[in-house]
Amino acid sequence: MNMLAFATRNTKEILRDLLTLLFGLGFPIILLLLLSAINAGIPEEVGNTMFEIQNLTPGITVFGLSFMSLFASMLISKDRTTSFILRLFTSPLRASDYILGYTLPLLPMAVIQTAICYIVSLFLGFEFNINILLALVVNIPISVVFISLGLLFGTVLNEKAVGGICGALLTNLSAWFSNIWFDTGLVGGWFETVADILPFSHAVNAGRYAVAGDYSQIMPELIWVIVYAVVLTVTAVIVFSISMKKDK
Amino acid sequence: MTAIKTENLTKKYKDKTVVNNLNLEIKEGELFALLGVNGAGKSTTIKMLTTLVTPTSGDAILFGKSIVSDRQAVKEITSVSPQETAVALNLTVKENLQLMAKIYGFKGSQVNEKVSEIITEFDLEEIEKSKAKTLSGGWQRRLSIAMALISEPKILFLDEPTLGLDVLARRELWEQIEKLKGNTTIILTTHYLEEAESLSDRIGIMNKGVLNAVGTANELIERAEAKDFEEAFVKLSKEAV
Repeated sequence: MNMLAFATRNTKEILRDLLTLLFGLGFPIILLLLLSAINAGIPEEVGNTMFEIQNLTPGITVFGLSFMSLFASMLISKDRTTSFILRLFTSPLRASDYILGYTLPLLPMAVIQTAICYIVSLFLGFEFNINILLALVVNIPISVVFISLGLLFGTVLNEKAVGGICGALLTNLSAWFSNIWFDTGLVGGWFETVADILPFSHAVNAGRYAVAGDYSQIMPELIWVIVYAVVLTVTAVIVFSISMKKDK
Repeated sequence: MTAIKTENLTKKYKDKTVVNNLNLEIKEGELFALLGVNGAGKSTTIKMLTTLVTPTSGDAILFGKSIVSDRQAVKEITSVSPQETAVALNLTVKENLQLMAKIYGFKGSQVNEKVSEIITEFDLEEIEKSKAKTLSGGWQRRLSIAMALISEPKILFLDEPTLGLDVLARRELWEQIEKLKGNTTIILTTHYLEEAESLSDRIGIMNKGVLNAVGTANELIERAEAKDFEEAFVKLSKEAV
C-alpha cells in the first residue's frame, strides 16, 4: 500500500512540527477555559445558556477542528513548492493516494483534539456520560470537511495565501455560521439561511444532540455534514488530479 | 533493446517552441548525456519523459510504454533525481529511503533489505539516522540519487546531479554513477562538459530545443574538427543557430 507509506511520512511531518501541533491542540482548550470563565461571570437571570459547558464543549470541538484545514493546507502547499513533490509526481502514486495520504494522519489528530477538549471540559463541570464517545464519532464528518477544504485550498493556493484563507477566513466563517458563539436564528434573514446551508451549525447541533443523548436528532443534522464531506473529498481528488497533470 | 525512442517529441509554450521534433533512440543500459546551454530544452525533455510535462505533439516510447497514453506504466519503470535536491527534509536518511521503497511497491522484509543495500552502496551508514535537513548539500544530493535508485528503475533520469557541489563531492557522485553503468539506462543532463565526457556512452547536444548532434565524445570532436570536447561543444551548439 504505497498510499500508507505516504500517509506515514505525512504523520511524521506533522508530529515533528511541534509548534503547529501544540497550537492546534491547545488553542481550543484556551478558548474553552476563557469562555467558561466568562460564563461564570454572566448573572443567571440573563438566561444565556450558550456558554454553559454542556452547550459550549460540542461547539468548541467543532471550531477547534477548523485548524485541521490550516494543517492540511500548509502541509500540501509547502510540499508543492519542493522538488520532493516533483519526485513523487513521477512515482506510481495516484491523486487519490495523495488525498488519502494527507487525510489519514489528520483524522486521528482531529479525534484526539476533540477528546482533549472533552477531557478538559470534565474539569470545568461537564457531566461525564458515555455519549462523549458518540460525540467523538459524530465529529468525524466535520473533520473530513475541514481537512478536505484544507487540501483543496492547499492545492490551488500558495503557502502564504492559505494562511489567510484557512487561518483567518475559514476559521471566522466557521465561527460566525456555527451557532457556537450566538444563535444564528436571532440574526435571522440571509444570515440564518447561509448558516443552515453551510455544514458548521449542523455539525455543532449534531454534537450537542449526541452529548445530550438525543439520538434521533443526530442523523438529520449529520447527513448535511456527511454530504459536504463526500463532495469536498471527491472535489479535492479531482482538483489535485488536474494539478498533477498540469505542466511542472 | 531500445530503452527510449522519441518520435517528433515537441513542446510549445504559446508561440515558443522549447523542444522541437526531437527524434532520439537510447539503448538499454546506455548512459546518455544531454548537453546544452541554458534554455536548450534539456530539462523540458526530461520532464516530458518523466510525465511531468505533457508533450504538445509527438510521443516517446519507454520500454514499449507511451508517455502520452500509458503514463502510469511509465512511472512504474522510471525514476528521477530532479535538478534541486528532492528529499523529505524532516525525515531521516533511512526513512526517506524506506518511503521511496514502499511507494514503489516493496513489501515487508524486502523494504529493509533494499534500504540496507542502498545505504551500503552509497556509504550512508554514518548518517542513516540523521534528518535530511541537517545534511550538507553533497550528502543531500547523494541521498536524492539513492532515493531514485531504490526502486530499481529500468530508466534513471539524473537532471543536473552535481549542480552546486564542490569538486570532491562531484567526484564521489561520479563514482556512484559509474557503478550504475550497464545495469540501468541513465539519462543525464549536465552543464559540466567534463562530466558528460567522462561518464557517458553517448552525448546529445541540444540548442534552442533542437538536437544538433549525437555521438560519443570522440565522434563529436571528430565531427566538429575540434581539438577538444569543449571546442566541439561550442561549435556543435552553434551549428543550428
